Amino acid sequence: MKTHDQFAEDLALYALDELTGSERQELEGHLDTCAACRRELQALRGDLGLLGLSSSGPQPPVRSKDRLMGAIAVEPRGVSLPEPAPAPRRGLWATLVPALAALGLLLVVVVLERNNGHMKDQLAELAGHNQDQAIQLDRLNEEMRLLTAPDAVHVSLNPQKSPNQPSGTAIFSPSRNRMMFMASNLPPVPTGKAYELWIIPMQGAPMAAGVFKPDEHGNAMMMDHKMPAGVEAKAFAITVENEEGSDKPTSPIMLMGAVPAGA
Amino acid sequence: MEPIEKSPVTRDAGDEMRLVARIRAGDQQAMSELYDRYSKVVYAVALRVLQDATGAEDVLQDVFLQLWRNPDAFDASRGSLAAWLAVIVRHRSIDRLRKRRPETDIEDCVIASGPDLRDETERTLLIEKVRGALDLMSPEQRQAMELAFFQGLTHTEIAEKTGEPLGTIKTRIRSGLQQLRAKFAP
Repeated sequence: MKTHDQFAEDLALYALDELTGSERQELEGHLDTCAACRRELQALRGDLGLLGLSSSGPQPPVRSKDRLMGAIAVEPRGVSLPEPAPAPRRGLWATLVPALAALGLLLVVVVLERNNGHMKDQLAELAGHNQDQAIQLDRLNEEMRLLTAPDAVHVSLNPQKSPNQPSGTAIFSPSRNRMMFMASNLPPVPTGKAYELWIIPMQGAPMAAGVFKPDEHGNAMMMDHKMPAGVEAKAFAITVENEEGSDKPTSPIMLMGAVPAGA
Repeated sequence: MEPIEKSPVTRDAGDEMRLVARIRAGDQQAMSELYDRYSKVVYAVALRVLQDATGAEDVLQDVFLQLWRNPDAFDASRGSLAAWLAVIVRHRSIDRLRKRRPETDIEDCVIASGPDLRDETERTLLIEKVRGALDLMSPEQRQAMELAFFQGLTHTEIAEKTGEPLGTIKTRIRSGLQQLRAKFAP
């Protein structure tokens, strides 16, 4: 059993997040019972904070803030702080406002009664729109979660031995089994043909991941695609195939990008 | 008698408490303000550890998102938000460097004191002060702290790299941190 002094010796290692396994557990057990060591640990972390704050460097990219604000916008949390209630006003308005409001409400009821059928149609239409928007919002949320997933991997696909401009980016999250793909400057495909995206796994044959055609500007996007579960991607590639898709690549790879090591 | 000048690195805990309270209430504007105030230093730490802009940006996102999701993890009554973020981002960067799961939950990372960094002037003064304190240390001590904090080397790895005994490395790092603390003691 270690003594207090021996535990105190290891506090800096713990503050540096260096202790693991049983050593970490033993020290955490000691911290539960030793206020002096808890205080020293907090002080050591404060010292480490100072060391960290001595770092200087460039500003983060501008897109980084947009990315963060986009992520928190789809993760609303809590409620806004309550605004102070306005002080009640007295006098003539205090009498007139409720009366006018009641009169207005009565008129609305009369109009609604007379146009009941029409309103029902409108409500049905609005409900339909609402449902469409909810579906669209769900899809956007899922895309945002993929983009902001801590393990989201970005893979750039570049032309093979060609100086031309076509390029693509695949973004996938192994934990979410989701992916998206964007490409630009793609040449148009012949009639009856389309581009096909391939996941090249660590082992085995390329796996089809979707068929797409670029727009008139050569841009294409496949949003929120499902990745086959349990597949460890080594690279992504696109080829030209029949527009209904192919089970295996039948033409030369046009763009390919390797998944960064350790992703 | 000359007026007492306010230390450039004193902190206004109330200001940080208000900011964190707004985040707790779901105020996205508060998050925007917090990002503007601290993103540069968070990014600087991540970049120094990872030496990779993409990785540093990912860690930056991760740290701010964690604070958004769990603002109660930071105890504004104990330490400064800037120092807390610097420690958290360092830990997350090392986790990424070592491809391991986080060892320390952010809510378990309680720190004592630390300066406030509400503007660039305060930050510049702080950097000068920390660097001044580091300059007073021996090159071996500075190297040990750099390797441990920014490169994430364990004491054993530092001992192997420098050829020094493990106990010496432990002492150098611990006393180095305490010297830094003394420099900022009130």
